[in-house]
Amino acid sequence: MTGHDDLPTAARARQLEERLIAAGLTSDDEIDEFLTRLLALASPVNGARMVARAWTDPHYRDLLLFDGTAAAAELGFERLGYALRVVANTEATHNVIVCTLCSCYPVSLLGPSPGWYKSFAYRSRTVREPRVVLAEFGLMLPDEVAISVWDSTSEARYMVLPARPTGTDGLAADGLAALVTRNGLIGTALV
Amino acid sequence: MSYPAGSTVRVRTGDPDHHTRAPRYVRGHTGVIIAALGHWAVPDDSARGIDPPRVETCYAVRFSAADLWGSGDHTVTVDLWESYLDRP
Repeated sequence: MTGHDDLPTAARARQLEERLIAAGLTSDDEIDEFLTRLLALASPVNGARMVARAWTDPHYRDLLLFDGTAAAAELGFERLGYALRVVANTEATHNVIVCTLCSCYPVSLLGPSPGWYKSFAYRSRTVREPRVVLAEFGLMLPDEVAISVWDSTSEARYMVLPARPTGTDGLAADGLAALVTRNGLIGTALV
Repeated sequence: MSYPAGSTVRVRTGDPDHHTRAPRYVRGHTGVIIAALGHWAVPDDSARGIDPPRVETCYAVRFSAADLWGSGDHTVTVDLWESYLDRP
């Protein structure tokens, strides 16, 4: 697998897989196929492309904020398996995403979630003291910028639309997409 | 019953002995409906294998940190199914 086989969690996951296989509910092949399908095309490059398009196409921006699932499909990201909700950063408000109950995350558009996203510390502290958490990520927001935290407790998955950085007027969509980071799409970075 | 955007709701209290997606930190608190997200199976039912599960509107509900925690100037928006909510 991926070098995590020695972790206790991997051993527990494998035990669970073996129980499910023994019960006739699935097979190793089926699990492998599912994971391949889930991860093969999953990358933050996908979310970044959507952001770059929104920065350059006001109609797409409107669609993205009104119906994220439809906006994803327009760029070829179909059958997400979840309802995508996109929230836009403005001069007045910064958005940040968390899942306090587990680790819900739009994997196909952002790639596999980082370890810290699944940590108890991030999950519990982001709803309680987001300004401090963001500062620890190196993101010092002015006091006048309000912070809006989104706790993904349902079938919806959230993604942040960062504000387009100043001084990027000369960049085309590809160049703009290269500016967008995974953390920017979660809200733990500005872009 | 459905809640239009802008209406005030209160999250029901109680501590079910089964899976639920109403986080403890918002139970009993008052928030404002931001949007209706869709009609989805209630996870409390699907997790228990209740077939068919109830299907309800799920709402994005916004809470103020000052109300949730007694301090803080941010907001927290949580997705909550209709049966988690009451009129205040």
